Amino acid sequence: MNWLTRVRNSLSAVVKRETPDNLWLKCPACAQMIFKKEYEENLSVCPTCGHHGRIGPKARFAQIFDEGRHSVLPSPKAPDDPLKFRDTKRYADRIKAARTATGAQDALINAQGKIAGQGAVVGVQDFAFMGGSMGAGVGAAFIAGARAAIAAKCPYVIFTASGGARMQEGIISLMQLPRTTVAIAELRDAGLPYIVVLTDPTTGGVTASYAMLGDIQIAEPGALIGFAGQRVIQQTIRETLPEGFQRAEYLLAHGMLDMVVNRAELPETLGKTINYLMTGQRKAA
Amino acid sequence: MPTYLDFERPLEELDTRIADLRGTNAAGVPDLSAEVSRLEAKANKLLADLYANLTPWQKTQVARHPERPHFRDYVARMCSDFTPLAGDRAFADDAAIIGGFATIDGHKIMLIGHEKGHDTASRLKHNFGMAKPEGYRKAIRLMELADRYGLPVVTLVDTSGAFPGVQAEERGQAEAIARSIEACLNLRVPLVAAIVGEGGSGGAIALATGNVVLMFEHAVYSVISPEGCASILWRAADKAPDAAEAMKVTAADLDRLGFIDVLVPEPLGGAHRNADVAIDSLKKVIVERLGILVRQTSDQLKTARRAKYLAMTGD
Ligand SMILES: [Zn+2]
Repeated sequence: MNWLTRVRNSLSAVVKRETPDNLWLKCPACAQMIFKKEYEENLSVCPTCGHHGRIGPKARFAQIFDEGRHSVLPSPKAPDDPLKFRDTKRYADRIKAARTATGAQDALINAQGKIAGQGAVVGVQDFAFMGGSMGAGVGAAFIAGARAAIAAKCPYVIFTASGGARMQEGIISLMQLPRTTVAIAELRDAGLPYIVVLTDPTTGGVTASYAMLGDIQIAEPGALIGFAGQRVIQQTIRETLPEGFQRAEYLLAHGMLDMVVNRAELPETLGKTINYLMTGQRKAA
Repeated sequence: MPTYLDFERPLEELDTRIADLRGTNAAGVPDLSAEVSRLEAKANKLLADLYANLTPWQKTQVARHPERPHFRDYVARMCSDFTPLAGDRAFADDAAIIGGFATIDGHKIMLIGHEKGHDTASRLKHNFGMAKPEGYRKAIRLMELADRYGLPVVTLVDTSGAFPGVQAEERGQAEAIARSIEACLNLRVPLVAAIVGEGGSGGAIALATGNVVLMFEHAVYSVISPEGCASILWRAADKAPDAAEAMKVTAADLDRLGFIDVLVPEPLGGAHRNADVAIDSLKKVIVERLGILVRQTSDQLKTARRAKYLAMTGD
């Protein structure tokens, strides 16, 4: 029916314990206390149960590019609050607060670097920025990322994390579905790979557009991936949802993904995938 | 008498009085005709006033009106021929989306649209116009067929949204919608989309990524239902009227903001009060726009459609 921007769920995946120095974290999946340092060294994956915590663009770029080296691409400007939207708060204030909290222009950041020695543009959606919701700013960043990849004749890899469309932009957010799809068409016309890595959570309008159109569809373990919200589905069908519903492994079993890959193995998997998909480009060069 | 919406109660009272008086008249009381005429004039003025000042939330009610014309009514009135084509070739035929060859004013086209149904049995059959992945995959198949054989595509959009269900998710609801949008963008034939009732989020844009987007005066088009938006952002479903206002869901708003190309006026009191007049005005615009688009080359059509959506920056 409609997707939900689950802003209310935008708590960080790992809850900090009330200690003065925040040295310990509690895994939301297994409730195990973990040393913060150990957790971060383990790529924000729980060493006990393997739960993949949510990470933002900065950590992702550091993990995915060779030696962590990359250059962040400029964020394109988009109109702030085009509809002068106000719910219990003004959208203008919400976006300002998100910018202050994250230091980013909007919920999608691109960077360029190398993966296993091969050039790539990588876009990372930040769930900490208004639930990774997609408005014109995210649409513009997606197009900029795709076009940077075309200019560099390299693949565009997108790490998705989103509650869906940004309702505060009304129809403009809905129009980002076709708008971002045009950018994918441009990549296809250029013969360049478009690779999607779905991370927790990816739902709503983002799944109904660029998150499901990859040449290769990869997901991190346990990631929530779906179009409709579970509450909405439950209200419609009035039954309990099956075990593991809308999780990465469930989608894999239903044929919706190529693979589910542990965070630690992502650079190698991406490197190999890019190597295969760039075969035609290498021949043409 | 039509089904009256909540905001039409005063009108219902007037219409009931008129009907009662007419009944009395028929029974042989002669001097009531003047009173009937007076009340009729009053009712007409009330209807005009009501519909000239509909709030976005009231328009949402009109767009969802059970007697509003649906896909089968458009086909019956607009098309001299309609040959339905069924199935997605993978799983099922989804009756929430109907498609097929159609002839409209001499144009041979592919007509695709949502069907909500008009009574309990047909509403269940068509799943209230809420399509599953196989519905979008049928639409994709028909669009690609039209593309191969040079048939322009016309879509009639009327859905509260794609169906939220376990099996729909398992079969890739999101992927089906994404591919349908992609199919729209790849067409080398004209795509004229008309939002005729509810344009409900992804389930609507899947069929509405057109060269030209038409929208009925009292139709609504939005990223999420006002109720859904209200329950998330206001945490109160009864704030739906505020959400409808804030999201700019009406044809007038979307026309002013540049997200639709043609606002198609409806007869006084909405399309459900005079379906023939409503459908005829829509047909006129569709035929007019088809006439312009069929003169463009396949490259022009595809390039212009892509450029149109790239430009949806919110500026
Ligand atoms: Zn754990």
